[in-house]
This record gives sequence, structure tokens and C-alpha cells, in this order.
Amino acid sequence: MSREVEQWNRRLLRARDAMDRAYAAPLDVRAVAAVAHISEAHFIRSFRAVFGETPHRYLQRRRVERSMFLLRETDRSVTDICFDVGFTSRGTFSRTFREIVGEAPSDYRVGNGPMVMPNCFQLAATRPVAAAAVAMRSSSFGDAPAAAAP
Amino acid sequence: MINKLSVTSVWVLDKDQALDFYVNKLGLEKGQDFKQGAYRWLTVRVPGEAGIDISLEEPGPPAQDEATAAQLRELITKGAMGGLVFLTDDVRGLYETLKKRGVTDFTQEPTDNFYGTDMGVRDPFGNAIRILQPKKVARVATA
Repeated sequence: MSREVEQWNRRLLRARDAMDRAYAAPLDVRAVAAVAHISEAHFIRSFRAVFGETPHRYLQRRRVERSMFLLRETDRSVTDICFDVGFTSRGTFSRTFREIVGEAPSDYRVGNGPMVMPNCFQLAATRPVAAAAVAMRSSSFGDAPAAAAP
Repeated sequence: MINKLSVTSVWVLDKDQALDFYVNKLGLEKGQDFKQGAYRWLTVRVPGEAGIDISLEEPGPPAQDEATAAQLRELITKGAMGGLVFLTDDVRGLYETLKKRGVTDFTQEPTDNFYGTDMGVRDPFGNAIRILQPKKVARVATA
């Protein structure tokens, strides 16, 4: 029984890694679910059970974390950075950034300079934490209704 | 005063599978391998770095009760157990080599940073491995 749980976790982790690797590409939940060889609805439900947030919210936090990095470390415009990290609309980017970080991208840039921590630790340690209620509400990649908790 | 790191350990689900990955795929060398009763002391290490061993450990009795071991296995496969960071002098070459050897679980392709170029890969169980090619820093003469 335990072995099943382990194999299941590993498959979901593989799908999560695909989001970390390809966050800048146009990803949809169906494609990521395909990495784990499961249906979209089942994937959303299982991912949330194992990692505590929906895949959509996970990807949003990855993209926002990378945008925070680019805001701090580069001179690229906010609009360029929005597209660099995989958002397709400036409005969605600004709204999502504000929701997760608590301030607008341009304000964040003013208040924060470059970091010296190695990138791999930044990736893991500085990704903004979403409020639990938001993490559970954000269902798929914006195109599917929230799945019921298992 | 402590003067050297000697052994660190990585939780794995299967020692033989771990040995195959860390030696035949990643390119480490086998360190020590002997049995003491039911326990197998198995280590790998960076080639030539005798004295700094990575012990491959399976959760389970007698060190852990079965319930604890099951929790550990779940955390390992969730990628929640930390990992290892290695250095190389050719990270892009190594990336191609790993792909040729059938490694697919990359978490990050080689990416340039101010401190060098690094990539990420997972072992078969979910442990994170980072590999860094440090940026060569020009020696600054001191007065």
C-alpha cells in the first residue's frame, strides 16, 4: 500500500518539476497532467492533496518568484518581465503579483535590490507563500472549475 | 575544532537502484560496500575524493519503526528531503552526458547566474541534486 503512495508522489513531483522547468512556456494544466499520465481533474485533486496547493497556484508562485528575481536583478521593463516568466497578459500579471506579494511589481522593484544567495536556494526559499485560502481556491490554469477535495 | 566533512547521507528507497543511478548515470564512484548482518553500509563519492562519503540509507527497522519509515518514504518521494550540491568544470557537457545516459528528471537545464552556471536533476526517488560550474573569478592582486 505504501509503495503506491510513493509512486504516486513521485509522479506528481515529476509533473511539478515540469512546471519549475518550463514555467516560462505557455503551460496548461492538461499538458502538465499528461506528464503524470492522469486526467486533468484527478491531477488537480491529487496535486493539492500532496503539495497543499493547486497546480495553478504552484505555477503562479513560480512565475511570480522569477518575476521578483528579474525585477531585482535586471533593468528589463515590467511588461517584458511579465512575458519573460510566462504570463500572457499584463493585467493578469499585475493582479496575480499584487495578490501574492502584496504590492505592485513596480513598487516591489523600488524597494528591493540584488540578492547574493545562490539561485537554487532563491528558487526554493524566496518563493512567495500564498495565503492558504487562496491556495485552495485557485483551481486549474484559469479554465476549469475547482475540484472537490478528496 | 572540526576540520573536515567525512560522511553525509541520502535517503533512498532502494540501495541497488541508488548505486546504479549515482555511479552509472551521475558518474560518482562506489565508495564502501560491506554487510554487517542485515545492514549494508554502502557509500558513493566524487571520483578521487576518498574520505568524503555519501552514505545511501534506506528508511526502515531497526533504525526506524515501519510507520516512521513509511513517512520518510512519502517525504522522499515528495522531494521534501533536501539534497546534494556538486561542482563540475563543464556543466553543459555533463548535461548532455546525463541525457545520453537516459536521465530525464531535470528540474533545471543549465542556467547562467552571477556565481556560475548550474542545473538541477532528481535522483530516481525524488532527492534534489544541484550541479554548479562556478564562474572563474579573475585573481585580484592585493597591495
